[in-house]
Amino acid sequence: MIKVEIKNISMNYHSLTAETPALKDISFSVSEGQFLSIVGPSGCGKSTLLNIIAGLITPSNGEIVIKRSDDRSSFSKIGYMFQKDQLFDWLTIWDNVLLGLKINQRITDENKDMVKNLLKSYNLWEFRNHHPRELSGGMRQRVALIRTLALRPEVLLLDEPFSALDYQTRLNISDEVYEIIKKEKKTTIMVTHDISEAISMSDEIIILSNRPAVIVKNISLQFDENYSLPLKRREAPNFRVYFNEIWKEMNGNAHSK
Amino acid sequence: MLIQSDEHKNYIKNVKREKYFVILTRLVILIAFFSLWEIAGRLNWIDTFLTSTPTKMYASLMQIYAEGTLLYNISITCFETIVGFILGTILGALIAILLWWSDFVSRVLDPYLIVLNALPKVALAPIIIFWVGNGIKAIIVIALLISIVVTIISILSGFKEVDEDKIKLLKTFGASKYQILINLIIPASIPTLISALKINVGLSWVGVIMGEFLVAKNGLGFLIIFGGQISQLDMVMMSIVILSILAYLMYEMVAFFERKIVGKNK
Repeated sequence: MIKVEIKNISMNYHSLTAETPALKDISFSVSEGQFLSIVGPSGCGKSTLLNIIAGLITPSNGEIVIKRSDDRSSFSKIGYMFQKDQLFDWLTIWDNVLLGLKINQRITDENKDMVKNLLKSYNLWEFRNHHPRELSGGMRQRVALIRTLALRPEVLLLDEPFSALDYQTRLNISDEVYEIIKKEKKTTIMVTHDISEAISMSDEIIILSNRPAVIVKNISLQFDENYSLPLKRREAPNFRVYFNEIWKEMNGNAHSK
Repeated sequence: MLIQSDEHKNYIKNVKREKYFVILTRLVILIAFFSLWEIAGRLNWIDTFLTSTPTKMYASLMQIYAEGTLLYNISITCFETIVGFILGTILGALIAILLWWSDFVSRVLDPYLIVLNALPKVALAPIIIFWVGNGIKAIIVIALLISIVVTIISILSGFKEVDEDKIKLLKTFGASKYQILINLIIPASIPTLISALKINVGLSWVGVIMGEFLVAKNGLGFLIIFGGQISQLDMVMMSIVILSILAYLMYEMVAFFERKIVGKNK
């Protein structure tokens, strides 16, 4: 079942001296529960595309359709995760994860219980009265994810969510975040410049070209059951194959410009 | 209970010792300065008509105290400073919020703020005296004018330094501009607000003393000018010492306030 439909998105940037086309006729769709990654050379407009899907920027052309879930339990169409965790230093972990509910005036006992369960199941409950500075980078990113999940968003949007972390934390946290996302059955769109990260987490990868970005290729990933988690997947025999394929597409495209 | 190694105990002892040594040295400098001043005056190394001495200042203090006007003068000046300080901070913060709220207003007013910031506000004093009258009101307005522009500029720049992604985060939650202000901009700017307060303490004193020079019939600024006019430098010096102590106390009050707020966040 299709959850998100991106239809013919184009985006032009205007300055007094020029009009720069950033995205050109981008269309794709994401099925319910699917994990889709967008990769592309830096500056190609990946983050712009994510901001358009989030509704933070209005595109020059095109349309985004996000299908609401049938039970209408969601408080928010999208949940956005940033490169940095963006936790508020002056709030405790508990107040941080409740922030979205507070803004939406939905702090009810029922919703508090839901957030409490999320913190408990991901081993953060005992840190609820701590401040963000007392937590490690990986834990902070998990708190940021729970803050996002608290509004039960229809779609998760991840904007290079691990690139501010050191390599080791990054590999571990991508496993943890992946498990959480799969357990909560979230439809996810992730933007990254890290090909390995995209392959290790996604069901599908979209490769964008240089500016003005068009979709170069759309790759569905198939992995054996044994390689279900991101870290494990990196050992899969076809991991290299996918990597080379994407690498070639990105570079071939870059050279032809 | 943690078991501490001897090395760690030594370390703590050294840190504490160093701290006491700094305080002690400060006191020694203060006492030495006043002692030397007194000795130099008594041995006629310096002309005490021009420099006064600590004992003469004390005599002048006692004289004014005996006249019963000392505490009145001090409290008038303190009152003017505190009112000027509070008004300058509150109005400055409110205007900074307005300018943050509307980018258009902020852009329109930008050159005016720059001119007002560069203008020596004391130059406006004659006009203010005509407008609000020759008295406490004029002094408070001068103190307010001196502190308000700096307050607006520093608080607004603090507001604008807040991470764009944090604003974006609240927008993805569907936050209104008011919610962004209350939940993010103001709490994130608390350190800037406090440093603005610290600057304002000093500026309010400048404004009040300048104001008292110009219009007052009471207050420490008045004592300074009056002492100068009747060639009583003892009175001038004494007032300056009292002023230094008051300014220091007020700064410490703000610092105490800062520790309380920052401490609460830790």
